[in-house]
Amino acid sequence: MHELSLAQSIVDIVQNAASANGAGRVLTIGVRIGELSGVVVDSLTFCFTAITAGTSLEGAALRVDRIPVRAQCRECRALCEVENLVFLCPSCGSGNLEIIAGRELQVSEIEVEDNPGEKL
Amino acid sequence: MSVITIERKVLEKNDAIAQQNRELFTRNGVFALNLVSSPGAGKTSLLEKTLEHLRGTIPVAVIEGDVQTDLDAQRVARYGIPAVQIITRGGCHLEAHLIRDALANISLTGIKLLIIENVGNLVCPSNYDLGEAMKVVVASTTEGDDKPLKYPAMFRNAAVLIINKIDLIPYVNSNPATLKANALQINPSLLTFETSCTTGVGIAEWCDWLRHQASH
Repeated sequence: MHELSLAQSIVDIVQNAASANGAGRVLTIGVRIGELSGVVVDSLTFCFTAITAGTSLEGAALRVDRIPVRAQCRECRALCEVENLVFLCPSCGSGNLEIIAGRELQVSEIEVEDNPGEKL
Repeated sequence: MSVITIERKVLEKNDAIAQQNRELFTRNGVFALNLVSSPGAGKTSLLEKTLEHLRGTIPVAVIEGDVQTDLDAQRVARYGIPAVQIITRGGCHLEAHLIRDALANISLTGIKLLIIENVGNLVCPSNYDLGEAMKVVVASTTEGDDKPLKYPAMFRNAAVLIINKIDLIPYVNSNPATLKANALQINPSLLTFETSCTTGVGIAEWCDWLRHQASH
């Protein structure tokens, strides 16, 4: 259950970015979560809602992009999607795969209300 | 409404501290291991056998991570080595800053091998870089041969698999070859050892490998 500390890290990153950009209320937060990141999305969403209640991020929605596991074969250089956790190259059968996607745990962007103060 | 691009790693703070830990290990010539497993796989018993076997050969230090109590640090301190206990008080994994703080209580001068025993948990510790050279995952024969398939991130992120409690094979429905095949499906480059802390089988091979890693 490390989703609580992940949610707190997301909150810190978002609050820093919002204040650095003089942004108004945060509406949505885009996060990318790889299938191999070990994160339980439901828990993350639950923790995020719980810790943002009563803060400037209350009501902001977490928009999660799940990233499938993709790899490149180090032998034949073919690109493939790793399905059902079988880490074998579908072209040449090698197990020597380099994971190129699927470990993400990133805040990608936020959608914010334009700060009314900025327009004056 | 406007969109602000951020593109920041959620664990960037942890990763930055982990990198500082890693540089500290490199400067001091320390080979650091992050020992992970589910609760009860035998990490501390394996550590005790390892310290017993390595005694008088290479200088070792240990950082113990547990949710509660310093029982494990007491167990390993009996071997006359520097040992620090981190109590996470409910936290399910170790983070890089906890290691940085623990290192303030250990002199790394002369130490060749640092073993960090993580909290027993096959999920959360896989995300957190502590600055180690590699993760070593312990899976025991009593846990089920399908463990690597259920917890793929940990087995994929580890460099070494130790199949422990192999003396119990006659009594449990386990086939270490199946466990190993499942682990290799997730991570074909895993190096594997088979050990028993009761009979001592496999401990010498594991320790020889450790000694080799720590002295190169």
